[in-house]
Amino acid sequence: MTSLPAARIGPEPAVRRVPILPYVLLSPAVVVTLVIIFLPMVQAMFMSLHDYILWRPRDITFIWLENFAAALDDEVFWISLRHTAIWIGLTVPLQLLLGLATALLLNQDFRWRALARGLIIIPWALPSVVIGLMWSWIYNPNYGVLNDLLLRIGLIGQAVPWLATSETALYSIILTLTWQGFPFFAVMILAGLQAIPRSYYEAAELDGATKWQQFWHITLPSLGGVLITATLLRIIWVANSIDVIYVMTGGGPGYATHTLPLYAFNRTYSGMDFGYGSALAVIFTLLLLVVVVAYLYRARRSLA
Amino acid sequence: MVARRSRLRRLVTLDLPLLAIIAFALGPYVWMFITSIKPDAELFTARVQYWPQEPTLEHYDRLLGRTNFLENLLTSFIVATGTVAVGLAMSVTAAYAFSRFRFPGRRYLMLQFLVINMFPIVLLIIPLFVIMRWFGLLDTYAALIIAHSTFSIPFATWMMTSYMNAIPTSLDESAMVDGCSRLGALWRIVLPLSLPGVVATGIYIFITSWNEYLYATILAGQDVRTITVAIQTLVGEFEIEWGLLTAGGVVGALPATVLFVLIQRHLISGLTKGAVKG
Repeated sequence: MTSLPAARIGPEPAVRRVPILPYVLLSPAVVVTLVIIFLPMVQAMFMSLHDYILWRPRDITFIWLENFAAALDDEVFWISLRHTAIWIGLTVPLQLLLGLATALLLNQDFRWRALARGLIIIPWALPSVVIGLMWSWIYNPNYGVLNDLLLRIGLIGQAVPWLATSETALYSIILTLTWQGFPFFAVMILAGLQAIPRSYYEAAELDGATKWQQFWHITLPSLGGVLITATLLRIIWVANSIDVIYVMTGGGPGYATHTLPLYAFNRTYSGMDFGYGSALAVIFTLLLLVVVVAYLYRARRSLA
Repeated sequence: MVARRSRLRRLVTLDLPLLAIIAFALGPYVWMFITSIKPDAELFTARVQYWPQEPTLEHYDRLLGRTNFLENLLTSFIVATGTVAVGLAMSVTAAYAFSRFRFPGRRYLMLQFLVINMFPIVLLIIPLFVIMRWFGLLDTYAALIIAHSTFSIPFATWMMTSYMNAIPTSLDESAMVDGCSRLGALWRIVLPLSLPGVVATGIYIFITSWNEYLYATILAGQDVRTITVAIQTLVGEFEIEWGLLTAGGVVGALPATVLFVLIQRHLISGLTKGAVKG
């Protein structure tokens, strides 16, 4: 029992006893994240089990899971959940397709490639507030450029108030978010494309495979891992992102652009109802956890 | 003849589609800029004017002269710099530990840093507001630097680990043979070699913090007003001054955009490494 375990297989740099130094080196980051992330999370779970209205600090009562039960009875909860599904279900595939097309174009040899890549990723760098305002201006019913363009080519008969109509508001914001996120996919997929050995294509060419066959049998299968990883990351990111919606519509008109995290946010701060808002946030986190676990399962391999 | 046909083909299959995508990517930003240099008389017309007849800088003039925009830029700069400092200081030693040691719990701790990067902001912003209210931190620089550290520390740790992994361990070992301590090896060998990675990580944190809006508006916004909050408050209560607003958007987005274009090469290699492997 006193002997140390035999040397393990694989690279084992420098230290062989159970070392103290790495824990010391890690402690600042771990302690700070415990305090600023895990402590607030525990606080959120605590609040979700209480009737917790911020301006009634003396009146905080433990109510078991009543907030959660109330959520299931809350019509807006289900509306927001449905919007979240549409939001993710449309935005991520659109970003993926546009990103894939962009990456395939950028993967060819041409002179202004570096410039093209630099220009295409600019949407990624813009603040969400600026994005929200810029697109609100584009969608503006009276002076917006989108209406003007569509009127000129005759696609619409009269100006549409894109963000003020319940039927179009959510889809308008989805277009904005597609625009914001496709460069991320393009860059990830481009890196994946560049990792495919050229010899595969040369061999396929010798065998007389068409470009389309090469794409279908070499490119797509080789990209599989990158596509899945990027998609999972993006689902998490898109699900979480409420700032663009918040700036563009605040969730309106009515509840037309409420997603679940935005509803949690609005409920918390409009009524200072921190108990119910926390419960909504916890429910959303639990749903998202499915995707996070799937991502971690994939990321696990690169940790070794 | 063949050469010309293939050039034409290239134009149709490569150049034109790519130009269309670039136009889509840049169009909104360009349109914001064009709007910002139009005089009010040309902004609100029945038909949209695509090119300003009399370009003007009056909106920029008013933005810098009559609002607190410069002060807000400074606030954003302080918050972002503070976040970078905290993020890098916390993550350098942590990344060194992950990169150079194998110890019980390593994998678990690494996963922890990955997971917290994915926590919904809404789950954190609600309790952080309550906690900061208890400690009287609302509307201070500290509040925003702490809030932004919730994403910067895990992100920086993760990125720095991947950069340090690319530096051969034999370098630290030979430094230690020459009499360096472990920390000496980190300080004298690994850190200088990973400097490009440190800079890229720092700049990315700076951009993220600069662009952040929700924490900035909920946890601060009055005395400590960052640029993103300031832009949003330019939206008037009754009418929106689009000229002023778009000028604010152009100025507010500029620093982050320039930095991003400068470091994209470094950043992308760091960000995509994990994904390509997976």
